[in-house]
Order: sequence, then C-alpha cells, then structure tokens
Amino acid sequence: MSTSTGEAIQFWILAVVAVLGAIGTVSMKKAVHSALSLAGTMIVLAVFYLAQGAYFLGVVQIVVYTGAIMMLFLFVVMLVGITAADSLKETIKGQRWAAALCGLGFGILLIAGLANASLHSFAGLGAANSGGNVEGLARLIFTTYVWAFELTGALLITAAVGAMVLTHRERTQRAATQRELSEQRVREGAQVTPLPAPGVYARHNAVDIPGLLPDGTASELTVNPTLRARGQIRDVSGERLAQLAELEQRSENWLERDEHERDGGHRANGVNSANGSNGGGQ
Amino acid sequence: MNPVNYLYLAALLFTIGGAGVMIRRNAIIVFMCVELMLNACNLAFVTFARLHGNLDGQIFAFFTMVVAAAEVVVGLAIIVTFFRSRHSASVDDASLMKL
Amino acid sequence: MDHLIGALVGAPLLGAGILLTGGRRLDRTGHWIGCLLSAASFVIGALLFADMLGKSGSARTMTSHLFSWVPVAGFQANVSFQLDQLSMTFVLLITGVGTLIHIYSVGYMEQDENRRRFFGYLNLFLAAMLLLVLADNYLLLYMGWEGVGLASYLLIGFWQHKPSAATAAKKAFIVNRVGDMGLSIAIMVMFATFGSFSFGPVFSHATSASQAKLTVIGLLLLLGACGKSAQVPLQSWLGDAMEGPTPVSALIHAATMVTAGVYLITRSSAIFNAAPAAQLAVTVVGAVTLLFGAIVGCAKDDIKKALAGSTMSQIGYMILAAGLGPIGYVFAIMHLITHGFFKAGLFLGAGSVMHGMNDEVDMRKFGGLRKFMPVTYVTFGLAYLAIIGFPGLSGYWSKDKIIEAAFAKGGTDGWILGGVALLGAGITAFYMTRVMLMTFFGEKRWVPDADGHEPHPHEAPRTMTIPMIILAFGSVFAGGLFSLNSSFLHWLEPVTGHTEGHSPVSTVLIQAATLVVLALGLGLAWVQYGRQAVPAVAPRGSLLTRAARRDLLQDDFNHVALVKPGEYLTRGLVYLDHSVVDGVVNGTAASVGGLSGRMRRLQNGYVRSYAVSMLGGTAVLVAATLLMRGV
Repeated sequence: MSTSTGEAIQFWILAVVAVLGAIGTVSMKKAVHSALSLAGTMIVLAVFYLAQGAYFLGVVQIVVYTGAIMMLFLFVVMLVGITAADSLKETIKGQRWAAALCGLGFGILLIAGLANASLHSFAGLGAANSGGNVEGLARLIFTTYVWAFELTGALLITAAVGAMVLTHRERTQRAATQRELSEQRVREGAQVTPLPAPGVYARHNAVDIPGLLPDGTASELTVNPTLRARGQIRDVSGERLAQLAELEQRSENWLERDEHERDGGHRANGVNSANGSNGGGQ
Repeated sequence: MNPVNYLYLAALLFTIGGAGVMIRRNAIIVFMCVELMLNACNLAFVTFARLHGNLDGQIFAFFTMVVAAAEVVVGLAIIVTFFRSRHSASVDDASLMKL
Repeated sequence: MDHLIGALVGAPLLGAGILLTGGRRLDRTGHWIGCLLSAASFVIGALLFADMLGKSGSARTMTSHLFSWVPVAGFQANVSFQLDQLSMTFVLLITGVGTLIHIYSVGYMEQDENRRRFFGYLNLFLAAMLLLVLADNYLLLYMGWEGVGLASYLLIGFWQHKPSAATAAKKAFIVNRVGDMGLSIAIMVMFATFGSFSFGPVFSHATSASQAKLTVIGLLLLLGACGKSAQVPLQSWLGDAMEGPTPVSALIHAATMVTAGVYLITRSSAIFNAAPAAQLAVTVVGAVTLLFGAIVGCAKDDIKKALAGSTMSQIGYMILAAGLGPIGYVFAIMHLITHGFFKAGLFLGAGSVMHGMNDEVDMRKFGGLRKFMPVTYVTFGLAYLAIIGFPGLSGYWSKDKIIEAAFAKGGTDGWILGGVALLGAGITAFYMTRVMLMTFFGEKRWVPDADGHEPHPHEAPRTMTIPMIILAFGSVFAGGLFSLNSSFLHWLEPVTGHTEGHSPVSTVLIQAATLVVLALGLGLAWVQYGRQAVPAVAPRGSLLTRAARRDLLQDDFNHVALVKPGEYLTRGLVYLDHSVVDGVVNGTAASVGGLSGRMRRLQNGYVRSYAVSMLGGTAVLVAATLLMRGV
C-alpha cells in the first residue's frame, strides 16, 4: 500500500527544503538566520502534518510553534544576540570528532533500525478521523489522557511562574531621582554635557558615522555603542581622509608662498594644519 | 511512496539537531537545535499515528508541543538571566564545574 | 538486717565517689571522710556479725537482692549479695584491717599533696573487695575482681611521676589480665555447662557435669587465682608492686587482695572437690610458690621486697591447703586471717621504719633500730614471731595445721607436700629472722644521703602506731582464739565442709619436727646475720642467691619465653601488614585514584561534551536494543 503520487511529489520537494532548513539552523553564523531556517523547517513539517491527516496539529504547529515560540526566540535574540555572529571555530579538543562519530553512529543506527523494521503496510487515519480530527483528539484528551492533560496545565503555570522568577530583578533600594543622577555624574567627573554629535559632513549626515577629532581621527564618543557592538558603524574611509589631507596640503601650499618665507615653515605648518582640520571637522 | 519515508526524514532531522547541540556554542542556537529534535520526534509521532490508524500518536505530539512550550519559556528565561550576569550567551562560558 | 549487706559495699563506694569527684575543697578533710566511711563499713560488718552469731545453722546465710543487672532470657545476672560465714570472715578482715590501714595512712601520707586521691582509691578498693567476697554469682564476683585489679593498678602507680612505679603498675595490670582472662573464660564455660553462674545452681549441679569440663573450669579458676594471688607462674608482678605506698602494700598486696585467689578456690570448693586433677594442680602451684617465694625472700635486701617474697610464700601455703580439699579449706582461711594480721603488721612496721629513715628501704642501711623505734620494734617483733610460727602465736596455730593437713593427704603426694611445707617453715624462719636482725639489731649502718642529710630515726606518730599495736594484738591472739575449742572450724564448716585428716605420722611428731626446722632456720640466720656484722654492700653470694636476687630469674624467663616471641610475632605481623595488607589496600586505592584521575578528564565542565556523552550513550542503548531484538 502506498500514498498518492501527489503526496510523494510534495514529500520529495518539501523534504529537501526541511533538511536544508535544518542544516541552515545548525550552520548559520547569526542566530537570526538560524531562527529563520528553523521557521522554514517548521512550516514544512506543518504541511507534512496536514498531509498525514493531523489537521489540528498542523495548524497548531504553525500558530503556536512557528508563530509564538519562534517569535519568542527572536525576542531573545534581539535581547541577547547583539554580539552577533558566532564563531564556528571549535574550541574543545576532539569535540568535532566525537560529535561526528556519535551523530553519524546514532543516525545510522536509527535509519538501519527503521529500514529493518517491517513497516510495509499502513492503516491510514480514515477511520480515526471519520468524526473529525479535532473531535477525535478532543475525545482522547478529555477521556484517556485527561490526567496527563491536567498535569500539562500545571506544568505550563509552573513554567510561566518560573520564567518570571528567573527574570525578575528585585529592587533593593529606592530608584535614584534625576537630580541625584546628575549630581552623581558631576561627582564622578563623567561626561556632564550631552555627548558630541556624530559626524556631520557636507555630503554625509548619519548616526553611524563617527565624528572626527581635530587631528583627523574618529571619536569614540560620537556613535552609539550598540551600533559599534553590532559592527554597524560605517567608518570614515581612509580614502576620504586622504583626500581631506590632500586638500589641506594644497591650501597650505597655496598659502605658503605668502607666509613661509617670513616665518619658520615648520611651526607655521603645524598651526595651519591644526586650523585646517578643525575647520574641516566641524 | 511508503510513509516510512517520513520516519527517515524524522531520523535525519533529529540527527542534524543533535549534531547542532553538540557543535554550536550560542545557547540560543543550541536551544533551537533542541526544538528541531523535538519537531523531528513529533513528525515521527504523527507518522506512526497514521501507520497504526489511531490518534494516540497525535496526542503525544500534542503533549510534546505543550511541554516544549513550557521548556522554551523557562529555557529562554535562563538564557536571559545568564546573559545578564555573564554578558555572553555561549554555553562554554557556563563551565564552572570544570576540573 | 539483710538489707544492710548492700550498705557494706555502699559506704566505701560512696567515699570513693565523694573523694574522687569532690575536688580540692576536700583536701583538708578528705582523709577523715575516707576513714569514717571505712569504719562505717566495719561497724555494719560487726552488726551483721553479731546478728549472724545470734542465728544458727543454715539461717546464718543471708541474701540480699538489689536489682536485676542483665536479664536476658536464660542469661540472668543479678546484683545480689550472699553473706555466709566465709564472706563474713572476709568482710571483717577487709573492713577491720582496712580501717586500721586507713588510719595509719593518715599519718603516713601526711606530706603527700594527693592524700585525698589516695584515700579515694583506698575506699574504691574496699568497695571492690567487698563486692568480690559478697557476690552471690561469678559475674558479680568478676566485677569485684576487676575492681580490685583497677584499685591495685591505681595505687601501685600512685606515685606515677616515678617511672618505676608507673612501670610496676602496668606490669601488675598486664600480668593480672592473664589471670582475669582465665577467670572470665571459666565463667563462660560455667555458663555453657550449667546454664548459670550463680553459686547456688552451679554448686548443686557440680557433680553432674563431666569430669573434663570440671577440670577445665577448675584449671581456669586456678589461672585466675594465680594472677590475683601472685602464684607461679603469674607471680612476677608482686615484687614490683612494692613501688606503691607502704599502706597499699600492707592492705592490698599482703592482707586482702592477694588472698582473693584463696577465696575463689575455697568458694568454688564444690567444683574442685569434683575435679581431683584440678585439685592436684592447685596443690602443686601452692607448693612451688611456697618455696619460690621463701627463697626469693631470703635474698632480697629491700625490706618490702623481702616481705613481698614472704607474702607469696604464705599465700602458697594457703593455696596448698585449699588444694588439699575438705581437710584443708578451713585451715587455708584460718591462715589467711592470721596472715592478714601479722603481714599487715609487718608491712606497717616496715612503713614506720621507712618513715623514720627518709624512705630508705635497703636493710643493709638499717641496723640497731630497736633503740630508736621501740613501738615499731615490739609490734614488728610480735608479728615476726607470729609469722615464723612461734608456739602460741597466731602463725603457729594456722601454719601447723596446714603442715599436718599436707601430710594427711596420704600417699607419696602427702609426703612430698608435707615435706615442702615443713621445709618452707624452716626457710620462713630464716628469712624473717634475717629481716628482723638486719633491721633492728646489730650496729647502726645508715649513712648520710647524697645531700648530706643524716637520717634521724624516730618513732612514728600516733595515727601510725595505734593500728600497728592493734594488729600486733591480732598477730598474737587470733590464732589461739580461733583454735580454742576449734571455734573457727565450727564456724566455717557449714560453708566449706570439713573432714578430719589422718596423718600417717603422729601429730606430735609433726609439731616437734616443725619446731626443729624453726630452730634450725632461726639459728642459721643468727649465725649469718646476728653473730657477725652485716656488710653494708651485699656480697656476691652463691649462684642461687644471685638468682634469687633477680626473683629466681622470673622476669628473664618471661622475657625469653613470652616477650621475645611476642615481639617477633608482632614484627612479623607488622611486616605482613605493611607489605601484604597495606599493599593490597594501597594498591587498590592507587589504582582507583589513577582511574579516577583519568575519568576526571571527562568532567571538563562543557555542557556540549556532556551532550556528546549523552548521545553516545543513547546510541549504545539503541544498538543494544537492536541487538537484543536480534537485528
């Protein structure tokens, strides 16, 4: 006995997608990409559930798993995953080999066991789903498995409370007022004034570009640390700095005819350079 | 096509997920791999339900989903807490029990 | 009246408790508390004695059940007392002499800062000794037996700052352990045989048990008696025990504790009467010790050690008599009582001499003391006459009866035992005369000690002389009083039984022979120590003398026969322990440790490694399941 041809075609196409998604989950450097790959695999699985007569589960898979749980994952990735790309270089000695051995061995054993089992016929769910899949499941859940069902309810409540306990931070002292915070900042000698603005150029005006100091180097203070941690800063390129320096050089050269002959060139050069870059930076 | 192919797919997904758990260091990705393994199991359950012609396998898949939801909630809370204290989500940093 | 029996033991026990826990605040009154409670015990004993005299026949045996000690099914150990004529005799001796020696100790220990502790131990001893003689079963007796051993140990080592005293105490304790082991095994065999260790059931069933078992019990009891009474072969501790204070030597190691063996054998007469082989062993031990102690006593220059040899010898007489069976029990006890008087008197006299001579014990440094210590001289002299068996004095009546009973045993045994006893009497006369002459007669031989202090011999204080005088009265009159109308015989007969011995030689002849050997010994001593001056340094002497000075090589024998093999055995065991036992243990530990060190590397703290282990384990489980299903 076998399934319809349509299902076979669907299986072979979607199975490839599912495996690719799974491999992507394991091998993507960024957690967001992994999560997206996993979501893809899960949607494929939902389709498989539907194809195998598990209509309720198929919908639940999409709504709960792919919808809710994966969203939760993404939230946490946003909270945590700022450090972004995860190096795939192995640090534990022999871990790769052991993992490969165990994984391959286990997989081969599983598949060999399945191949060996004589599963050449299947009953199909026609009879079981005759009164409707959801009704059938409900009958089982509220009769045979009612005790387990109640227990899962308790488990969910416990998990919710547990998550709250884990993430809750007790406030042990009164929150500092605005006034106290500013006083403290003055006392500690921290930056009192607002932070300097990011780089603003004639042609560029963006938060992801650091401002330049008078000597032409980029200022750390001018860009958001979060952006830097994510690696999303667009650096002032060396080419542009070189162009700037060249421009200044040219203007100095142009001025030098007037000034260099009267004063010591070296000193005048330094002053002019400073003035020049200052003007450029602002 | 024989529905046993679904089981082969489940075994493959399970193994890939297991490999991910062993190889990846980012706790969130490890967690996702665990979810992948659970989903592979669910696929196997659903397929078995179909092979045997009753709904018990689907019930088990249903329970697996509920428990997985609970597990995700607690697990992610642990990851967030851990990240707060360590500023890292690497499972290798949680190795205080090493020799 | 019966309930007063517990108070006999209770009074000195209370004293020991008060004195040993009372602390420093009792230092000034403690010794009087000790004396008072000891005297109280004596008064109670006297009351009970008067009560007993008022009764007759079997009514004289009083019992008092205090409580059940260990009631376990068939094993019923009770703390209950039995006071019959035999116990009564001992009670009066122990409390009477004990009280006198308590009083004596008040003076003797005056300078000792630990006098309170001393009296506490003395009271403890009295309580244990009374428990021993009053017990109505062997287990309680054993408790008293161990109690006196403990008190003896504590008192021998009373001056524990002296290494010799500490060593002597340990020696006494260890040698006694051998004997105690014998007694405890005897009690176990007894329980296995008779199902009880109370005197009543054991003695009434004694004749029904097999000969072999009775002999075993008898020999084990004899071993116990040998340990406590310093009989060959467990005699070596008594000489060293003289390291203790002299009142201790007088009370414990002369008058009372060392006679516990005689009490044990007499009390167990029912068993010994039914086991002739054990009885013969008893007589042999007694006869050998009799000569052994006498010979040692002849060679010692230390006055207390000479008296210790004498004690050994006199107890040999008692054991010999007790081994003779019903013809000797009464005389054994009679000699025990008279010996208690005159030997305590002799020791107290010796203590008085030492008290006056700056604790000097070497008789070669005495001489001519009769002029300086008249009371000591007279009391010591009377006790001396009593011990050598001078006609009319205590020793004469009791010792003569033992010699007669030895001859009356009949056959070759009788002749040998009688001859030994007779010879012993002669040697006794010799060594005691020697002690007397060297101490009180001749020229003064004392010399200044290392610091230049010349001893100034002087009479002891009244607290010391009064007990000596009372004991001297006992030494003189006790024997005669006991023999008057055979009163002692009639008194003890219901308990020990008595049959009149029939000597192959006439009584008159034996008495005459006794007097002859007495005169010979006395004369020989006079020739050697009276007529010519005693050299201040001991002459080399004959081989026998030199051996006797070393206690007839008993320590050397023990060393070669027991200590050395023990050492070799121990060394062998230590080697075995180090190489084999430790090897196995350490090897196991090392291999486990090494394995653990390697296993430890699995615990690297990385959760991913653990995940690998888990998956590996799951794979193995799956493989095993598949194999089991025959894939």
